[in-house]
Amino acid sequence: MLGTRALFGAVAASMASPLRPDDYWAMVNPLWSRRRLSGRVEAVSPETSDTSTVVVRPGLGWRGGLAGQHIEVGVGIDGVWYRRPFSLSSPPRRPDGLISITVKARPGGLVSRNIVHALAPGRTIRIGHPAGRFVLPEDLPARLLFVTAGSGITPVMAMLRDLAESRRMPDVLLVHSARDASEVIFGEELRRLAVRFPSLRLHEHHTCPGGRRQPRLTMAALAAVCTDLPERMAWVCGPPGLVDDAEAYWRAGGIADRLLTERFHPAVRPGSAPGGPAGQRSGEGQVSPGGQTGVGRRKGRSGDGGRVRFVRSGREITVTGGTTLLAAGEDAGVALPSGCRMGICYSCLVPLASGRVRDLRTGEEHGVPGDLIQTCVSAAGGDVDIDL
Amino acid sequence: MPAPTHLSAGDIEELGRELDRIRAEVLASRGENDARYIRRVIALQRGLEVGGRAVMFAAALPPAWLAGTAMLSLAKILENMEIGHNVLHGQWDWMRDPDIHSTTWEWDSAAPASQWKYSHNFVHHTYTNVLGRDRDLGYSILRVTPEQPWNPVYLAQPLYNLGLAATFEWGIALFDVELDKAFRGEKAWGDTLGQLGEAVRKAGRQGLKDYVVFPLLAGPAFLPVLLGNLAANITRNIWAHAIIFCGHFPEGTSTFTEEEIEGESRGEWYLRQLLGSANISGPAVLHLLSGNLSHQIEHHLFPDLPSNRYAQIAPRVRALCERFELPYTTGSLPRQTARVWKRICRLALPGPSRRMTAETSPERVLTARAA
Repeated sequence: MLGTRALFGAVAASMASPLRPDDYWAMVNPLWSRRRLSGRVEAVSPETSDTSTVVVRPGLGWRGGLAGQHIEVGVGIDGVWYRRPFSLSSPPRRPDGLISITVKARPGGLVSRNIVHALAPGRTIRIGHPAGRFVLPEDLPARLLFVTAGSGITPVMAMLRDLAESRRMPDVLLVHSARDASEVIFGEELRRLAVRFPSLRLHEHHTCPGGRRQPRLTMAALAAVCTDLPERMAWVCGPPGLVDDAEAYWRAGGIADRLLTERFHPAVRPGSAPGGPAGQRSGEGQVSPGGQTGVGRRKGRSGDGGRVRFVRSGREITVTGGTTLLAAGEDAGVALPSGCRMGICYSCLVPLASGRVRDLRTGEEHGVPGDLIQTCVSAAGGDVDIDL
Repeated sequence: MPAPTHLSAGDIEELGRELDRIRAEVLASRGENDARYIRRVIALQRGLEVGGRAVMFAAALPPAWLAGTAMLSLAKILENMEIGHNVLHGQWDWMRDPDIHSTTWEWDSAAPASQWKYSHNFVHHTYTNVLGRDRDLGYSILRVTPEQPWNPVYLAQPLYNLGLAATFEWGIALFDVELDKAFRGEKAWGDTLGQLGEAVRKAGRQGLKDYVVFPLLAGPAFLPVLLGNLAANITRNIWAHAIIFCGHFPEGTSTFTEEEIEGESRGEWYLRQLLGSANISGPAVLHLLSGNLSHQIEHHLFPDLPSNRYAQIAPRVRALCERFELPYTTGSLPRQTARVWKRICRLALPGPSRRMTAETSPERVLTARAA
């Protein structure tokens, strides 16, 4: 039988060459592609004034994942595909087979605003497979602590929904920070869950109730709410300030091994010229997987050049804003692909790992991690990492 | 470079700035409409291919054979011209779609995409019409400019150009391997043979598909399907050959020497692209089927702009040519093809001297007009 299947596969591959059979299935229905995973938007429903949940039917290649994991989501905006990681807010095994992400529209966030305000049922988006270690362990600890702020609730919501569905809610304390009660994403559902499961305690921390500014959630306030904190396994997800505080606090207590974090970083990049070509707009608030540090502030003003680092070879060189990345690489002794040296042949494309680059022909600054850069006509706009 | 003598260095820089401005405007306005365009062309092409092959299975009926072969020919032409050539130029890289990207695309041609990108995007587009550098200038076997020394072999060039037209994809695949350079010791044999192996494997896969797998699947229609696929490939080859030859070799286009491009500025590079290329005028369907190489001038000025925009900027490029009193060579497909063949036949014979060709060369015309 295996022989027949292999023969069938080889014939199909030959029939489709130089494409793949999958490319033809995807033309009929993008959801039939196993190679380029897609999803169809089934519903977009508002959670708060600036946050919506997008319910998606994943395509055939979807393999599922664990509660708390995130996926890459690709949306087409003005003809350009943008990919951003978002936590899944749905539990892994919804009976209807659908998945959901819950996205907060950030001011100036091209992708998040598009998802919240422009995405409509019927649209096709691209999705990746779930990844990340911000998950529940297989052997559930007796006592759990979740600390979340803003849209940091999304991966924790997936875990709580997973626990609720399995009907084995352990001792859980959820401390959530939001501006006020109406701004708590999933507020009603969380409050209902707390009523339904006596072992689930919900503490809402409001930073701006009734329009009056209150102190943000501090570790001291957290310790006051959670008196048995050292005994609990903890998950913290939110903006960098909160996660940094938590990591310092747990480390100081010598219990860093009982903490898992995931941070959201509003990675607004400097120097984005409005009205520039697509792909040159600012970044998004997005998940930085697995507690890694996200895109931080960069040294040096844009256009000044900077440090060019070739990540894989470990070589680096500091260059002026007028030096092409190709010349920088060659000076640093890195074998870069090259061709016309004038920006027309596309032989010199290399992947950008981080930082921004400046097109020396137009002066435009652009680039997000993963972009393929024409090194022969691009200079460093600040510090740049090349994935080579 | 020997610019047309009526243009000052300042004029040429101004021309460059005007062309840069056109490019910047197109870059800034790329968007959903362009993305939809290429996706639709791809969908049309794949539909035509699947449909054509399906119809051809009923090839016992002659009309079905004809319809299937025609559809498949169209599909192959679209695949090579408007999709493959342009995607491989990086015209659609800005969409950040990994499935429609110069770094991932492979096309239905004997030449592997990687080798083609080197010989075409880099060598041909950088050194357009420069003798000794642009290998597309006659593809190492044809004499297309009087500056190439005559050799008795060229007497037969009208004949073997016909042969090249029918087998164009194979010719290009072999040409990209650069066996001639290896023989002259300009390229390592190891690299050359490695590339040759890659090309043979690639061409083998395409040959297997068209001449073995689909005919076998057709069962009793084995022979008609094989012949239909062969006819579609040859049609595509002849078409591609015609379009590409009309782009650079009709009377009126110029060639250059290596000394002339020494220290060339961006404006001068633009000017060389202008003088070395020729357009084909015709209806929208001609532009589509030629992969918009009917706008060869615009393509050579801006090889990485989306092809659907060339028609839009063509009037502005032409207006610039008028303003700077530069030739803008264009004509219908039959007329340009006739001019190509006239040149190929004429240059099969020795001569003509530089003086004779100068009568029709743009430099001379312009100098005369300026004087």
